[in-house]
Amino acid sequence: MKIYVPLDSAAKALGADNVADALATAAKEAGKDVEIIRTGTRGMLWLEPLVEVETDAGRTGFGPCLPSDAAAIIEGAANHPKALGLVDDLPWMKRQTRLTFQRVGVIDPLDLADYEAHGGLTGLRNAIAMSPADVVQHVTDSGLRGRGGAGFPTGIKWKTVHDAEAPQKYIVCNADEGDSGTFADRMIMEGDPFTLIEGMIIAGLAVGATKGYIYLRSEYPDAINIINQAIAVAEKAGVLGDDVLGSGRAFHLENRVGAGAYVCGEETSLLNSLEGKRGVVRAKPPLPALEGFLGRPTVVNNVISLATVPVIMEKGAQYYADFGLGRSKGTIPLQIAGNVKFGGLFETAFGLPLGEIVNDLAGGTRSGAPVKAVQVGGPLGAYFAPHQFDTPFGYEEFDGAGGLIGHAGLTIFDDSADMLGMARFAMEFCAVESCGKCTPCRIGAVRGVETIDRIAAGDADAIPLLTDLCDTMKDGSLCALGGFTPYPVMSALTLFPDDFAAQKKAAE
Amino acid sequence: MSADLSTPADLADRVSAICADHAHLEGPMLPILHAVQAEYGYIPEAALQIIAKANGVTRAEVHGTMSFYHDFRTQPAGKTVVKICRAEACQAQGANALADSAKSKLGVDWHGTTPNGAVTLEPVYCLGLCACGPAALVDDKVVGLVDDAKLDAILAEAGA
Repeated sequence: MKIYVPLDSAAKALGADNVADALATAAKEAGKDVEIIRTGTRGMLWLEPLVEVETDAGRTGFGPCLPSDAAAIIEGAANHPKALGLVDDLPWMKRQTRLTFQRVGVIDPLDLADYEAHGGLTGLRNAIAMSPADVVQHVTDSGLRGRGGAGFPTGIKWKTVHDAEAPQKYIVCNADEGDSGTFADRMIMEGDPFTLIEGMIIAGLAVGATKGYIYLRSEYPDAINIINQAIAVAEKAGVLGDDVLGSGRAFHLENRVGAGAYVCGEETSLLNSLEGKRGVVRAKPPLPALEGFLGRPTVVNNVISLATVPVIMEKGAQYYADFGLGRSKGTIPLQIAGNVKFGGLFETAFGLPLGEIVNDLAGGTRSGAPVKAVQVGGPLGAYFAPHQFDTPFGYEEFDGAGGLIGHAGLTIFDDSADMLGMARFAMEFCAVESCGKCTPCRIGAVRGVETIDRIAAGDADAIPLLTDLCDTMKDGSLCALGGFTPYPVMSALTLFPDDFAAQKKAAE
Repeated sequence: MSADLSTPADLADRVSAICADHAHLEGPMLPILHAVQAEYGYIPEAALQIIAKANGVTRAEVHGTMSFYHDFRTQPAGKTVVKICRAEACQAQGANALADSAKSKLGVDWHGTTPNGAVTLEPVYCLGLCACGPAALVDDKVVGLVDDAKLDAILAEAGA
């Protein structure tokens, strides 16, 4: 009997380790031969800990489980109140197009043989058989764009590095997933780390880089642990090293842990941090693609961008490009977060309207109160109000609506949210995390907090001042931290003016 | 964690050894600082000069790097570090009230340590547990859907 229990940190945070222990004990007491396999999460976080039992028909689920449910699960009680039926048949799973996340929640993340049995390494083998320029072209043709938020075409970035002449080039994976409401990077690193490793090797072969770094934030201790183990397994199996899968070509990979600075998610700040310096943003040009890590040509890609490359190389550029909407091709792992009934990760083709995600997939708020606002794209993303819910999920579509999709995290707030408070928090966060290099961000964020406090105290004259300050930050900041903090601030101010006027009325 | 700082010579030896262990890395500074903090629980001031010398940079540069990052401490923390997420997704699920409650139960503000040295309270901006907040990190252990009862259990176990 095989039983699957997630080891993903969201599942652990809800007690998965205790459930796994209880299942082992219950199996022993019942005298049954049970193999407990730890997996990533399926992404249905409201069902975690989600236990799956292998049957002839497929894997049946039980959730959310408590240790006290263990004995009944071992007995095979199909009519258990927490029995969910076949996991693959649950609507949340059936409605998805799982390409990047196809193995997450299914396999043991450190079992390389199982990874291969589920299609892993096929993309890498195909890439080895192609010329580097063809691999770059393939990724370009797939339409894959940077999933970290900027949406820059991945293939174009790779081509720049491919064409650059240098004695050493690098692949750097940006795993500094600091945006609130996002956890796709964490989920794939904990649930299917070989996909990321495979994607990085393909990138290395394509552009001629023999060394890669993962820059992984320190706030993810479980992901750090799994990535370190996965690199060791891949080295031992000859997937990483001087002779990648017997190709005669080298690729070495190292995991580096960040130190709690949000701004290091910005690529040039990340490179400085990786070099051992303060994580201060660099002016561009030069582009990192030409002068990146240690001044060498460097591909800096987000985890999801890199982890999507294997499936593109496995199934073909056109297969991937056929999903999506307009210039937003392929799939996007939506991360549904905040005050929601059904939160988690949902990978789907671009194009779902925001309202369908919020009301249908997420099922509205956990509190049961009406949805007031949705912040899309992390702390630097704009708030959306329900009257904008027809906006389709795509890069250009969200840009047109005054926002951004960022890393595709959606944070849902019910009607108790104080939008002046959220705007103030955005400025406060920017002040705490500013690298200090440019004045609009370093000083502007502090003045922003003060100006919002004036508005809160009833000074309506401070509202145009805040607008003006936001314009300065937007136009004058070096990177997205200072440049995009105005998105949440101004969207809160324009969409929810009552929240900015309430204190004034009270004061009068 | 936090081994005894017996003698300055001992510290010099140990920090030098850490630097030597990382000398083969490209850009070894952050791994060195992490390793020193893992050894002592914080970055002792005396370590800065040794790290500087081993890496061919100035002490000011090491200080500059160390002080840029929230993770590095210049003083020991409490026995248990409790980090509570302050980011938007957790705020949408009641993180502000949880943080207020933690502060009042412990009698400390952010970055404060209880007088008995049991608990240091710190803010964290996102643990990637955004659909099961409010979230906390107790040393290296993740906790989701933290309510007052769970918080009490965490603090009691930590001996606050």
